[in-house]
Amino acid sequence: MKYGVNEHGYYGDFGGAYIPEMLYPNVEELRQQYLNIINDPDFKAEFDDLLKNYVGRPSPLYHAKRYSEKYGANIFFKREDLNHTGSHKINNAIGQILLAKRLGKKRIIAETGAGQHGVATATVCALMGIECVVYMGEIDMARQAPNVSRMKMLGATVRPASSGSKTLKDATNEALRDWIANPVDTHYIIGSVVGPYPYPDMVARFQSIISEETKKQLVEHTGKELPEYVLACVGGGSNAMGMFYHFLDNEQVKLVAVEAAGKGVDSGHSAATTFLGHEGVLHGSRTILMQTPDGQVVEPYSISAGLDYPGIGPQHAYLYKINRAQYVSVTDDEAMKAGLLCSQMEGIIPAIESSHALAQLEKMKFNLTDNVVICLSGRGDKDLDTFIKYFNY
Amino acid sequence: MNNEPSTISYTMNRLNQLFASKKDNLLSIYYTAGYPALNTTVDIAEALEKAGADFLEVGFPYSDPVADGPTIQHSSEQALINGMTLDHLFEELTELRKRVTIPILLMGYFNPIAQYGIERFCKKAAELGVDGVIVPDLPMYEYEALYSTHFINNNLSNIFLVTPQTSSDRIRKIDELSNSFIYLLSSSSITGGSLQLTNSIEDYYKRIKAMELKNPTIIGFGISDNATFTKACEYANGAIVGSKFVKLLAEDGYMEKIPAFIQSMR
Ligand SMILES: Cc1ncc(COP(=O)(O)O)c(C=O)c1O
Repeated sequence: MKYGVNEHGYYGDFGGAYIPEMLYPNVEELRQQYLNIINDPDFKAEFDDLLKNYVGRPSPLYHAKRYSEKYGANIFFKREDLNHTGSHKINNAIGQILLAKRLGKKRIIAETGAGQHGVATATVCALMGIECVVYMGEIDMARQAPNVSRMKMLGATVRPASSGSKTLKDATNEALRDWIANPVDTHYIIGSVVGPYPYPDMVARFQSIISEETKKQLVEHTGKELPEYVLACVGGGSNAMGMFYHFLDNEQVKLVAVEAAGKGVDSGHSAATTFLGHEGVLHGSRTILMQTPDGQVVEPYSISAGLDYPGIGPQHAYLYKINRAQYVSVTDDEAMKAGLLCSQMEGIIPAIESSHALAQLEKMKFNLTDNVVICLSGRGDKDLDTFIKYFNY
Repeated sequence: MNNEPSTISYTMNRLNQLFASKKDNLLSIYYTAGYPALNTTVDIAEALEKAGADFLEVGFPYSDPVADGPTIQHSSEQALINGMTLDHLFEELTELRKRVTIPILLMGYFNPIAQYGIERFCKKAAELGVDGVIVPDLPMYEYEALYSTHFINNNLSNIFLVTPQTSSDRIRKIDELSNSFIYLLSSSSITGGSLQLTNSIEDYYKRIKAMELKNPTIIGFGISDNATFTKACEYANGAIVGSKFVKLLAEDGYMEKIPAFIQSMR
């Protein structure tokens, strides 16, 4: 793959494994094993079976007719919101739990922002009968309370991250600290295409099922494999990378990644990483992150907990730098409006994260014949409180 | 990065001189610059030297210190609130070599260094009389492939960490790349724990000792009193006290308490 990772874990200047020695044995074990394991026919069979019969894949590619009329193009939703547990996060969680089992791990840790990855991880741990500890920022626990309850009901322990900004980046720090203290029997299921190599590549591979299915489904709908545009929101970037993956080498497909502008890119309350960030190192990889001139990580803001992260995965940093994908941003207000519009025009209540991708449609000009695929990464059940408060229902 | 490999030009720095003259019971102290207040870095260093510390690690704060426990996390957060930056630290250190003679290492995470500029950082640190650097999240591959020339050209020792899980092959490689000492962690842990001597940890220390590494070894993480210090010195050339000293800095009148603190360790 032209845009793939090299043997040292780099995408151009981005990636690598900037980790303390305490994490080296675990990360090295993964690096040595992950490709062998995920290319093994037994693994593939088990992964495919669970995706089909447990997750409910393939997720539909839905031709959104009213949206198509409104925006003057053929608009398709890739319905990751219909997956078991309500988002794309389950694809990666299934892949990593099967891998952890093959590595002989007895305990799983994870970080979560919106709670979708935490729920997905708690779910696969219940499925496999493995102990599960999820770290979640204190602020996120409050704004995504239903997901905290779901994780508990699924048997996971939810530990609040009360350091720093008390959101996703701090939950990630706490999970890394846990992993340092448990160097032998624990696997860390990272929830996005971030972290030290091999995580960005491994998670991208598990999420690549999104674009693999989309290509086939597009042929059924349009007679063609390739759309003109592919859109997805970016927190760490896993649904976007999964949505882009099998289109990366098809240069004619325009890839659009939507970041969260929060209250506006220049408002001081934003999570629009490529607009506000600089190159540096965050959570084990060289990437683009929001930081002060002195290299301190800046606390991001977005109404959407899943996009409230100061970095992006290293492959995104690379695609941004070489202009293979276009990075744009959408504000809280634009996203909330788009979420409401989708609910009332298509009968689908999207996650606020996914609503960011939908809002980008307002800003684009299409030809009538354009085929446009949007990754509807998750459903909005977890966000009802936020929607209701926002619109004063 | 296109510089000639310059191991040849490497000359003895203060760390090498110390290890050449003293082989046992070396005591090093870690503290976070900017904590509890700005403009105390050199005062504390001077007091520690007078009290008998052999060398020092001056931490520069980072917003996301993943290898640190609550005590050093807190000191870092407070130091940042106080306004500590690398620029400010270097300004404080202009006085360093007028007042302090023992070896000094800077310890901190990679991102602040990367923003400052790695080459610029190494030059500046060396100019001010810093002898070595500990960057926990700069691993061996990245160091060797991308950055080592800047350290070597400026006569700065880069210190690597080793844990009970580090393989013997990797330890050999670390020994090759090191030129002052190797930092042994008593267990895979974040800072601020307490040293627990189980059989498997004693085996690990013995295994390292039997490897007869060319570099001295210093044990860190979890050294908090005379008992743990003495125990560590049975297996290594010395030990590092961090969180315990940072806690002292939170007390009133900490400057006056430094001599007794150092005495209590030995
Ligand atoms: C529904 C949904 N979409 C998107 C994201 C953002 O993550 P990523 O950028 O890795 O897809 C999240 C994260 O929690 C999410 O829950």
